[in-house]
Amino acid sequence: MSKYLQANDDLPVTGGDWSRRGFLKTAAATAGGLVIGMYLPACSKPENAKSAGPAKQVTANAWLRIGTDGSITVLCDRSEMGQGVYTALPTLIAEELGVAPSTIKVEFAPPGKEYVNALLGGQVTGGSTSVRDAWEKLRMAGAEARTRLIAAAAKDWGAPPQSCSVADGYVVFTSRRKSFGELAEAAAALPKPENVQLKTRNEWQHIGKPQQRLDTPAKVDGSAQFGIDVRLPGMVYAALAQPPELGASVKSFNADAAQSMAGVRKVLQTASGVAVVADSWWQARQARDALKIEWTPGANAKLTNASIAAGLKSAASGKGKEVRKDGDVDSALKSGRRFEQTYELPLLAHATLEPQNCTVEFRDDGCHVYVPTQVQQIAQNAAAQAAGLPPEKVFVHTTFLGGGFGRRLEADFIPAAVECAKALNKPVKVLWTREDDMTHDKYRPPARNTLTGSFDANGKLNAVRIHLVAPSITSRWFPAAVANGAVDPFAVEAAHNFPYDVPNVYVDYLQHEIGIDVGYWRSVSHALNCFTVESFMDELAYEAKQDPYEFRRGMLDKQARWQMVVDTAARKAGWGRAPSGHFQGIAAMSGYDTYLAQVAEVSVDAGKLKVHRIVCAIDCGYRVNPNIVEQQAEGSIIFGLTAALFSEINIANGRVQEQNFDDYRMLRINESPQIEVYVVDSTEKPGGMGEPATALVAPAVCNAIYAATRKRIRSLPIAKQGFTV
Amino acid sequence: MIKLTINGQTQDVDVAGDTPLLWVLRDTLGLTGTKYGCGKALCGACTVHIDGAPTRACITPVESVAGKSITTIEGLSSNRSHPVQQAWIELDVPQCGYCQSGQIMSAAALLEKNPQPSDADIDSAMAGNICRCGTYPRIRKAIHRAAELRTTSKGSG
Repeated sequence: MSKYLQANDDLPVTGGDWSRRGFLKTAAATAGGLVIGMYLPACSKPENAKSAGPAKQVTANAWLRIGTDGSITVLCDRSEMGQGVYTALPTLIAEELGVAPSTIKVEFAPPGKEYVNALLGGQVTGGSTSVRDAWEKLRMAGAEARTRLIAAAAKDWGAPPQSCSVADGYVVFTSRRKSFGELAEAAAALPKPENVQLKTRNEWQHIGKPQQRLDTPAKVDGSAQFGIDVRLPGMVYAALAQPPELGASVKSFNADAAQSMAGVRKVLQTASGVAVVADSWWQARQARDALKIEWTPGANAKLTNASIAAGLKSAASGKGKEVRKDGDVDSALKSGRRFEQTYELPLLAHATLEPQNCTVEFRDDGCHVYVPTQVQQIAQNAAAQAAGLPPEKVFVHTTFLGGGFGRRLEADFIPAAVECAKALNKPVKVLWTREDDMTHDKYRPPARNTLTGSFDANGKLNAVRIHLVAPSITSRWFPAAVANGAVDPFAVEAAHNFPYDVPNVYVDYLQHEIGIDVGYWRSVSHALNCFTVESFMDELAYEAKQDPYEFRRGMLDKQARWQMVVDTAARKAGWGRAPSGHFQGIAAMSGYDTYLAQVAEVSVDAGKLKVHRIVCAIDCGYRVNPNIVEQQAEGSIIFGLTAALFSEINIANGRVQEQNFDDYRMLRINESPQIEVYVVDSTEKPGGMGEPATALVAPAVCNAIYAATRKRIRSLPIAKQGFTV
Repeated sequence: MIKLTINGQTQDVDVAGDTPLLWVLRDTLGLTGTKYGCGKALCGACTVHIDGAPTRACITPVESVAGKSITTIEGLSSNRSHPVQQAWIELDVPQCGYCQSGQIMSAAALLEKNPQPSDADIDSAMAGNICRCGTYPRIRKAIHRAAELRTTSKGSG
């Protein structure tokens, strides 16, 4: 193993510098038999190294290295946070190379221009874009490498390249064969091939099959390396005191008591608070609690939930930016029978199970940052700024992420680690407590959306106006994306694409800031707007005295993919035939190039709500890995149900009140409903699956509650609406 | 010095006696498979076995487990051969994977006590383990599968 890792050290492009010899030696000395889990960047297994001899790693392209021993390494340029990119992206390359994905070693890519996500304009893992962005790009990367390997072999043999093929890591011509390892250097020296052919669909052996995840083995034996698990020789640990009031700052502090506690090395003020660095994290954390800090209040000193809600309400009377205009809504609303409702959504925390953390070491070549991040370039820039170094002197090593959900699109947990490592001149791991994490999130934005509809003289829905009021995440975090007054595209999802055949539709978005930072949260504004739109559609169905499924279905004649999922969900759920005492609700949505419908089945007994079953129909285009598609649907549904039932962040005097999982409740296995996922066969381009199924749960469940009780829920969470959950 | 027996090996650690076992495992001994999630026994990510019983290491003072047999995820098997690990692999349970060491340790302890658990038994034994990715449906299936694997391996062995 160590030889294999040493070989990597010479490469111009490496995903992780975890293989430093000093690190290896020390880690081996201190950790005994666990050393494999300590330094491998990911779940690469020793048995994957095919040769014991020193192998040279030949860079085929930005994503692919072929060892002279025949080993194949894929650089995964998206972060693995559970959504399966560590398997799906290498599968695209493996397919074109004609090798089984399970034979591939995967490393996480460093920051790099070549890794920019074309759908988001940066090296970003988010927006359920990873497979969509990689779909042609990575297959082309694999196909180009295959073309070169074949060309190298054909040249050597004097054979026609078109008569050569690849199989299991060899180029084959009649009875001759040469391994990729033997050919790697010659292939890399050839000019860029002109005629690169992707495999056709009927040639695929791995894409479209339910492949097992490549990261599973390391996630069942404790060896997968999350950010929190990084250990560097001589490393010390830091706990951070951050202002309890969001936006406050350090006025002064007394560290006398903390300084005298066992193991404490240093107490220092950082840009975000006061850090205590000690020999162990437990010592640092205890000493942190002994700090006496006086805070200077900030602009949010009087902020409360009520004041945020009042601000949104008062702003809502204004007009937003036009997002969509079909026909003439104002005239239609004047003439028809009008119906209007307002829906409110709370602030939410991400609550990744791995609290935020970052480990930093300054070395001769620059600043090394080990971090569970969804944004390698932003992480690099944040560290560079804190270090006072140019970005190219900052090396970002991405670990596995113990959940992302958008939280790790932020970089707020990085600078303090840089500041501590610089001050101590030692590697430092900064780890937030669960309470730090809960109270210093970038919360999902609240929203207050008002929808108006009208029925014409024949009782047909002839107008829908959707007025969205919420803060904008993008204007804070990616301001260039919303320059010159552009509407934040991540504020209007699942509203701008209102699918129902209504002649007059108007959608506007009114940006209203609330004083605290808001962040991208799994499915982003889909979750806000799908709840709003699909609850309203349900209300309109009852207003029209129609079955909620039939009502929607009657306005989807021009939307084949919507029809298919709505019909499939209804059929599989047995719409209209729920068991006695059970009631159903339906919701539909399209987002991330995926189409979904869900039917929830609930019972309400003396105010006690039970969600029995959620049926989800999906058309996500072609599935690279049906196994992971199903996983993501299952997990997203539980994520969405947790939020719908329980979740709300409350603020008093600028302080977040929720602290841990006792007051920010998570759905548990005994509360988990039966989940059924049905995926429609499709040959369309792949759609995203990491997020969308999250957003339909709240409206499907609330619509089912209405069917059961005739009580309409227009404000989440459900637990706050008089139900026992 | 506190004498600990972890995964069959006895060793002395030089830490304050009230230090939670979790931090001794992770930071002193480098056994990072056991995770920190909440620090208050609310999430189960730190579950280890103390004399076979599933225990939250984050609230367990290290001095209280001196002389007892401690098993962590690293000691459950040397090669992922434990039936729970095998079932977890077969059904591809993990997503982000962060909670899974704790889930697996809780499941393994359940099966030792109750080799053929019902869904209700699983719910009650596993309700202390949060999975933010929502792998519960697969956890349930995998525990049933692990129960089968245990029977098979005992039958054939």
